[in-house]
Amino acid sequence: MPDVNAPVSAHEMMILAIASQLKGLRHIAVGARSPIPGSAAHLARLLSGGTLRVSILGSRKHSPFVNGAPELFDCASQGRIDAFFLSGGQIDGNANINLVGVGDIAAYPRAEARFPGSFGSAYLYFVVPRVILFTLEHTRRVLCPKVDFISAPGTSAPGVYRPGGPKALVTPKCLFAFDRDRGRFTLQSTHPGVTVDEVRDATGFEFDIPPSVPETPTPDAATLSLLRTDVAKLIAETYPAFSRRTWGVG
Amino acid sequence: MTDVLSIDDLVARIPDGASIALPSDYSGCAMTAVRKLIQRGVRDLHVISMPQGGFQVDMLVGAGAVARIEAAAVTLGEYGIAPRFTAAIKSGEIEMWDSTCPALLASLQAGEKGLPFVPFRGIIGSDLLRVRPDWKVIDNPMAESGVKDPIVLLPATRPDVALFHALKADAHGNVWIGVQRELMTAAHAAKQALVTVERIEDADFLRDPVMAPGTISSLYVNAIAVAKEGAWPVGLDNAYAADHKALQDYTSAAATAEGFARWIANPAQVAAHA
Repeated sequence: MPDVNAPVSAHEMMILAIASQLKGLRHIAVGARSPIPGSAAHLARLLSGGTLRVSILGSRKHSPFVNGAPELFDCASQGRIDAFFLSGGQIDGNANINLVGVGDIAAYPRAEARFPGSFGSAYLYFVVPRVILFTLEHTRRVLCPKVDFISAPGTSAPGVYRPGGPKALVTPKCLFAFDRDRGRFTLQSTHPGVTVDEVRDATGFEFDIPPSVPETPTPDAATLSLLRTDVAKLIAETYPAFSRRTWGVG
Repeated sequence: MTDVLSIDDLVARIPDGASIALPSDYSGCAMTAVRKLIQRGVRDLHVISMPQGGFQVDMLVGAGAVARIEAAAVTLGEYGIAPRFTAAIKSGEIEMWDSTCPALLASLQAGEKGLPFVPFRGIIGSDLLRVRPDWKVIDNPMAESGVKDPIVLLPATRPDVALFHALKADAHGNVWIGVQRELMTAAHAAKQALVTVERIEDADFLRDPVMAPGTISSLYVNAIAVAKEGAWPVGLDNAYAADHKALQDYTSAAATAEGFARWIANPAQVAAHA
């Protein structure tokens, strides 16, 4: 059994911060390589009292899709997916994300560092109303002034069809909110033990800092227990290595 | 009619330079057939991933069999970066056509319908448009008058070959693929579909109302070959899991070209699944 008295880890704070962005939604989809968003989605579902549906790519028990690989994207086109999660090897202050590689785009396809690729980002970022960005590495290398390759842009010119876009960015240190009209992040809260200066030092892009920055709320005992038992078991179906590493479950 | 062939004869139908649609790791990969292709020394393949490339793409790249990859991503998932792919990008030895999952699938669907292109939302403002000169942006001709509505056009894809692995075929050459319906799209769009299966059953899936909706009719299947454990080591849904140890071994070995060559030629582990 996981220890409910153990301190809340940085990964758990990320899960809780993401889950806080998912209240009141009907359907959340979770893409490839996303155990932390997947855990947050499961937690939000358990806390929703049965109103939230969660679809996890790669899961057998938690996927409604029967029409092959296009169905997830078709479902998003129809406005049936309220929230999705994207990351990036680079993310800049305009919420542009880079999943292709580091280096001068003129040299493409050669790159100093090659990432896997854009996956569905160049589409889902446009059509899912609430995209939560996440990164496990809060450094100037990842959170950079300008991405080398835009897999998917944070904002679009007027007239471009764009019902969706970024809403927040969650890191191991803090939660940023994104203002689509201004194309800019604001520091919304810092996780326990992290200072505003520490966030500023570790972030390569400029962002707004309100006069008072609250701490990201820590979970009550019941929520933490739910996370470390039920959610740990649920996410182990798709991400057994993650669940073992994080909670010793799976 | 669908031909029933040996695996060697099946892959003999894939010429050097062919464009070849290959599924993602979770969707039924003809791994034994891919190793046979590598043994044969196939060259200059144009791989079209549906929509992401995994172990088989990394192996083909490592073997020097690939000239070009069109994919939304190439990754070994939980096992990490695709080492031979990453090395080939760094050295500039392969051409890369980066895409995004639904666009790649929509191009195949356009190919299936015999259309020249398909309009698609999103993408505008992405650097994918800079590296994909075959993608074009036009103003939506159906928009209300006076309204500018830019939209991307993607060319249709008709691969020379679709190659994948499925649980079973019937005596008529119909192939059951369950919910992995992108395989059906690929078979429809491709000039020839070559499929390896775990077994051939004495049945007619099209006459069975439970099986028929998840079945590719033999109308679209040019040839099948029986390959037991044909998706080893990535595994096959509804049949057997991934061989984690073999995948871990591959990932570590393929960090170098020499390690890759040793892994792919290793008679002990590969022969057990030939």
